[in-house]
Amino acid sequence: MLDIQSLQIHYGGIAAVKGINLSIARGEQVALIGANGAGKSSTLNAIAGLLKPHAGQISYNNQDITTLAAHRRVTLGMALVPEGRGIFPRLTVAENLAMGAYCRNDTQVIAQDIQKTFAQFPRLAERRLQLAGTLSGGEQQLLAIARALLSKPQLLLLDEPSMGLAPLMIQTIFEAIKTVAQSGVTLLLVEQNARLALETCSRAYVMESGQIVLADTAQVLLDHPRVRQAYLGEMGEPT
Amino acid sequence: MTGLRYASWSRQLLIISALIVAPFAIEMLLGRSWLRITDVALLYVMLALGLNIVVGFAGLLDLGYIAFFAVGAYSYALLASPQLAIHAPVLVIIPVGAALAALFGIALGAPTLRLRGDYLAIVTLGFGEIIRVLLNNLNRPINITNGPQGITRIDPLHISQFSFGHSHSLGGITFTPLHQYYLIFLAFVLITILISVRLEHSRIGRAWRAIRDDELAAQAMGIHTRNLKLLAFAMGASFGGVAGCLFASFQGFISPESFQLIDSVMILCMVVLGGIGHIGGVILGALLLTILPETLRYIGPLQQQIFGTVYIDPADLRMLLFGLALVLMMLLRPRGLWPKRQLTGQLTNRGG
Repeated sequence: MLDIQSLQIHYGGIAAVKGINLSIARGEQVALIGANGAGKSSTLNAIAGLLKPHAGQISYNNQDITTLAAHRRVTLGMALVPEGRGIFPRLTVAENLAMGAYCRNDTQVIAQDIQKTFAQFPRLAERRLQLAGTLSGGEQQLLAIARALLSKPQLLLLDEPSMGLAPLMIQTIFEAIKTVAQSGVTLLLVEQNARLALETCSRAYVMESGQIVLADTAQVLLDHPRVRQAYLGEMGEPT
Repeated sequence: MTGLRYASWSRQLLIISALIVAPFAIEMLLGRSWLRITDVALLYVMLALGLNIVVGFAGLLDLGYIAFFAVGAYSYALLASPQLAIHAPVLVIIPVGAALAALFGIALGAPTLRLRGDYLAIVTLGFGEIIRVLLNNLNRPINITNGPQGITRIDPLHISQFSFGHSHSLGGITFTPLHQYYLIFLAFVLITILISVRLEHSRIGRAWRAIRDDELAAQAMGIHTRNLKLLAFAMGASFGGVAGCLFASFQGFISPESFQLIDSVMILCMVVLGGIGHIGGVILGALLLTILPETLRYIGPLQQQIFGTVYIDPADLRMLLFGLALVLMMLLRPRGLWPKRQLTGQLTNRGG
């Protein structure tokens, strides 16, 4: 479904992503884990079209989308939950959700889908006319995910959904993510919380300073000494 | 339900009839000069609502908005005066003025798409000045705008034989030009309000507000941010253009002097002072900032009466009070005099 070949991303003269290959099959849940500054978010933003890659190729459903504008990728079935949630603080919860369905034109179905979203997330229903900026961090993250789902994506890109949230809220968020995965949506999850990511996904890539250093099934990575040491906080200090 | 609808209908009817009677009351109680001020105030309401689309909805800070007013005014002046010896019908000129202003809006928007906040403000400020300087100098080698002398003897608004420049009687009531302009400006203001209200909650309006809040996230929702920002510039500008056409026809004379940076700043102040992004607030801001400064003209004679001499020139006082009002407002009501009412977390009283 998604195929990335030797992707490079530069910020000015600094290389953030140094030629990575990554591929996801339809219906898979794949995690991209790594430390701060490893290049995970840059990779994700390049997939969503928010960043222009320096070199390399991104294909989606066998179509080269490397230079395709971000808004066109949404119509192809891609949705991004941006880092730091990226909700629209001065729009109401309901308006935020409507923005998720911006590229759809089946007005009546959209209204039904928004009702379904409210049924699924009662917290959002209670606050539907409230400005999104007044929600708690966890509610904002829920809103960001619900909003992305309203575009009816085939591929959902999640950027650090656990960032800055209380443990209980993280649990709620990841339950929601698992439900999404079960519904057949392909998932690419960028996460610093490696354990959480590996428990949610079936396969993962490990990124370190702009390069992919490991790629395997989640099960193998959970037992991998390097992962355990560097990301799961076991067997000594992280490097 | 029907009772409620009836109540709101009768309320609207009451407001509209009050608005129609208002010019007679103003002229009778305050005099003709105040009716003139009211007419101008209505034009400023249009301008402020137009700028509100750009600044309030799309969040693009524009300090050169008066340029679009100028484009509209000069469109009308050139197409309906002896300057180029053209006297086109109003129903042609106003759409042309609106379209030209929209085109200038796109011309300003296109190169500034990547800019935000302060940087955008500086470029738009420069753009406003370019237009003014251009109008000042387009009298050589071919005299188009008549330079700093401006254009005189501009045709009044007229629809076939009916001219707004002459008085008309209807049922024993005499409508002077000031009354007639009041009514036509009021009609344009009501249309502008209607469009603004509809736009705000439309798909486009929501997309503008999304861009204002977070441009990257808006892109990730599938919004074509470039086109929508250009659309905001174009729509805001076209409101300014129409207001400019009306202004030229109303004054009968325009010159580049009427379109200075301070005027752009004033319109922005109306938007911010009233309540940025809130249509009612913006209207209030426009009315207050056109009417209140005019009351200062009584300060001079008042001083003369009390002290026998004028100590403070009302013109100086105007800027002083204006500055003071802005400072006070930023301290006491940073969201404007009449901001949008928003539901906040306090209402549900439950943290997450």
